[in-house]
Amino acid sequence: MKITRIKIGAGSCGIAAGATEVVDYFKKEVRDIPIVEVGCIGHCYAEPLIEVETDKGSVFYEKVLPKKEHLDRILGLKDEGRLAIRSQRSEREKIKVLALAGRIDMTSMDEYLANGGYEGLKKALAMKPADIVEEVKMSGLRGRGGGGFPTGMKWSFLAAKEAKEKILICNADEGDPGAFMDRSLMESVPHQVLEGMLIGALATGATKLFIYCRAEYPLAIRNLKIAIEQIYKHGLNKLNARTVEFRLKEGAGAFVCGEETAMIHSLEGKRGTPRFRPPYPTDSGYHGHPTAINNVETFGNVPLILREGGKAFASVGTQGSKGTKLFALAGDVKYPGLAEVPMGVTIGDIVYEVGGAEKGSVKAVQIGGPSGGCIPADKFDAVVDYDSLKSLGAIMGSGGLIVIGNDRCMVETARYFLEFTARESCGKCTFCRIGTKRMLEKLEKITGGRGTEEDVAFLADLGPKIIKGSLCGLGQTAPNPVISTLRYFRHEYDAHTKDHKCPALQCNQLSDVKIHLDKCIKCGLCIKTCPVHAISKEFVVDNAICTRCNSCIEVCPKKTISRVEKGTGYYGKSGGN
Amino acid sequence: MSTVAASLKKIEPDRSNLIKALQAVQEEEGYISNEAIAEVARHFTVSAVEVEGVVSFYAQFKRVKPGKFKISVCDGTACHIKGASLVTGWISDELGIKGGETDNEGLFSLEIVACLGCCSLAPVISINGKVYGNLDRKGLLKILKDHRKGGAA
Repeated sequence: MKITRIKIGAGSCGIAAGATEVVDYFKKEVRDIPIVEVGCIGHCYAEPLIEVETDKGSVFYEKVLPKKEHLDRILGLKDEGRLAIRSQRSEREKIKVLALAGRIDMTSMDEYLANGGYEGLKKALAMKPADIVEEVKMSGLRGRGGGGFPTGMKWSFLAAKEAKEKILICNADEGDPGAFMDRSLMESVPHQVLEGMLIGALATGATKLFIYCRAEYPLAIRNLKIAIEQIYKHGLNKLNARTVEFRLKEGAGAFVCGEETAMIHSLEGKRGTPRFRPPYPTDSGYHGHPTAINNVETFGNVPLILREGGKAFASVGTQGSKGTKLFALAGDVKYPGLAEVPMGVTIGDIVYEVGGAEKGSVKAVQIGGPSGGCIPADKFDAVVDYDSLKSLGAIMGSGGLIVIGNDRCMVETARYFLEFTARESCGKCTFCRIGTKRMLEKLEKITGGRGTEEDVAFLADLGPKIIKGSLCGLGQTAPNPVISTLRYFRHEYDAHTKDHKCPALQCNQLSDVKIHLDKCIKCGLCIKTCPVHAISKEFVVDNAICTRCNSCIEVCPKKTISRVEKGTGYYGKSGGN
Repeated sequence: MSTVAASLKKIEPDRSNLIKALQAVQEEEGYISNEAIAEVARHFTVSAVEVEGVVSFYAQFKRVKPGKFKISVCDGTACHIKGASLVTGWISDELGIKGGETDNEGLFSLEIVACLGCCSLAPVISINGKVYGNLDRKGLLKILKDHRKGGAA
């Protein structure tokens, strides 16, 4: 086999794992083989990742370090260090939207063109706008940002407007903590998103194309900027008789700006607060112009629809949800990363087969981020589909999927999400502003071991009221993590309030730390590591001093230190309660 | 010409550019000072309170001068589950600063951010934009020590 090219995964996740050093090292050491930086193929657990292209196909290497040993094994195409893509994963996945992600040079338009890029746009240029809309309608594509509104229908509203200026916005303000699908797509294949927008402009008659991207995604912004320049240079923004303009705007760190009317305010340079609808943005949006907003992943699907036809696109998926969905898989799984699965696979498939979590080790997933809900392990046969997830009290959401292991506390998880939404509430609606704060206080009280049954009843009562009393998606979904954990994990709330116990031993005020001396080898690492000197020479943890920082538990080579039920640990003279 | 005025020079005084202008000022100065607010307000012919309103709304804008090394602890879902609050605690213990604060030497500042988008490497922090993943206490303290050494030199 002859090596023709070496591709190094240098998306944000790759860089965080040390890809920059690997790129520098390989570029210095290897002279005769081209080295290119590509985006992410989704196997983030294996970063830094290298794909070696040979005349007989590709070979992948995982966890590559800037070392001679690793370089030699790659140049020699040795077996050691190869990434084994597990069949369980490849059987469940259906890679369509991400087909080019991590496989082509992130900043090369030529490579995108050579791999079928802009064929969708070419087809669209020869079609009537109404026919493009029809094609998208036929595909059954629904908004991938979470709401699931049919994209073709949204476009038909904008297309029907007579106006001098019409605006199309790409929502790239991926704010859900735990979600990184859009980042990966924009970094790895920026042209695919932009092609989708150009097709959208053709279909709707939009004149200005905005991309509202989180400022926290510098690499995505850089790659989009490069791609837009390339589009201008090739004249691809000339759509038959007219020319459209791209505008890339950086967000400034406000979760609520993912809501469409808030985003429009932010684009106008104002505080990003949402407003009443109607009028809907397609009637009056950015500075009063008719405006449609679609998510990054939605736009990423559009070129495929045009290329293969709406009907073929709709052949994948379920009755009400067509195509594939990207999921950012994180939390307590063996193989975190980005997965693309056809609509209709089960949650269990994603968690166990794609993510590699061990059966029995997981108690729930949180799907849809802070707006979503949890799905308990006994409901993992639920399928990925907008409507069936809704019936379980969760939502499809944008694609964040956090796997929650048995040793995590569900009340603490709910508290975490409420802390997030309470902080991010823009303050416009009273129920959202004050209600989320009140819920957070109760959850803090419960995880702090001071909660009562009345507090739980208060949460159950207030949640639905916040949903009813809020204007936008943030407030309307903020109580979901609490409502869904109450629905499926009520016993954990009860354990905290009635027995004052945290079954997962995660809540600091409801657990102690203990060294199990029978297995202890007295190596002293814990004593050395403890930041507050809570461990005595006799290897006893004084829980009156201990801050429950877990440092000793992590450092212990024999795993003899663990959290135990509150009151069963040792309390020294220095205080104790 | 002040640095604020210099950053504003290239930006058209169209209200839609207000956030962009503030981002440019912060990029240059590291934070948004009272003087900057006044100057930006003049540039766009809006009242200072309107600018302050926008600044206070968005988490990105800082009103306190940051340290030489800006530490962001990711408290996204995945990092939270993997112990982001412990990471914050370790940093606070080591440097004596809480979220939103800068240490006395002006060397380190700490903030808690929503999500850095590297969930598969949780828990992560970033220092001046460079991301460090899969942190444990020992690794973290070494990173801080290395920066302190580099910063003092």
